[in-house]
Amino acid sequence: MHGYDPQKIVRGIINATLDVFSTMIGLEATPEPHYEEAASSGAVDGVVALIGLAGNWTGGGMVHCDAGLARTLYARLLMTDCPGGDGVNEEVLDAVAEIANMIVGNVKNEVERDLGPLGMGIPSVVFGRNFTTRHAGSTWIVVPFACEGEHLLVKICLIKPAHSAGVTADAAGRVKRLAAV
Amino acid sequence: MLDVLIVDDSAAIRKILQRVLRQADLALGQIYEAGDGVQALQAMESRHVDLVFCDINMPNMDGLQLLGHIKGAEKWRKVPVIMVTTEGGESKVMAAAKLGAAGYVRKPFSAEQFRQTLESILAA
Repeated sequence: MHGYDPQKIVRGIINATLDVFSTMIGLEATPEPHYEEAASSGAVDGVVALIGLAGNWTGGGMVHCDAGLARTLYARLLMTDCPGGDGVNEEVLDAVAEIANMIVGNVKNEVERDLGPLGMGIPSVVFGRNFTTRHAGSTWIVVPFACEGEHLLVKICLIKPAHSAGVTADAAGRVKRLAAV
Repeated sequence: MLDVLIVDDSAAIRKILQRVLRQADLALGQIYEAGDGVQALQAMESRHVDLVFCDINMPNMDGLQLLGHIKGAEKWRKVPVIMVTTEGGESKVMAAAKLGAAGYVRKPFSAEQFRQTLESILAA
């Protein structure tokens, strides 16, 4: 399905997530066995941060956790207390978006070595209950991380667009179209 | 006293950088914040800035565009700009260097890594 070694993406997700957690959050995150998920996530609760990827390959990255872990991540990242109550405010959403930005960005840096340059979008973040995320066209590679008794899911989807199937680059990096009419 | 401008669309990163800068052994003056390149240029028009920390992926005007504006303006040309970004691809690093970035700090970073990079850049 991928046209690209999924194990490399799994390794990239694990390395990037552990790097972000150890360097900036100061919490232990333990990777669990990865799996693949269909284009639709099914109904979920919590906080989801999404970032688009584009280039010769296209897709996106996603970080998903429940509200409690989102509040913990915010507090550890900012070295501050959680905001009052059980809610998720704008600052918590911003923190989760930035954590997603760092994780997905570092996975991107890793896979660019094989896939060529990829552009990365600005994170979008959603908080709610019983909502579904959907990405047309492919499956997601999902790596769960156990953290503070909860789970953080890091998901990456990368597909080669059909319009680039007949395009390659020569040794000098110039793009050539293979199909002759 | 160093007046600093932090440019990042993430309020969390702006707060972290503020904290790390205040903990560093620097003669800090004012710390200003901007959420994108457009806001950063507006801030620089109205305030004195000695040093800029700048993300790359931002809405409205990205960090490389902002760097180009700063280095292209006579009045700001000598202001050091340090890129602080997730973008680690060679093309982005080379583009920043070519445009005149004084340094490049990759996210995630520890406070210690950041301080060391900052000290080496300021010493130079």
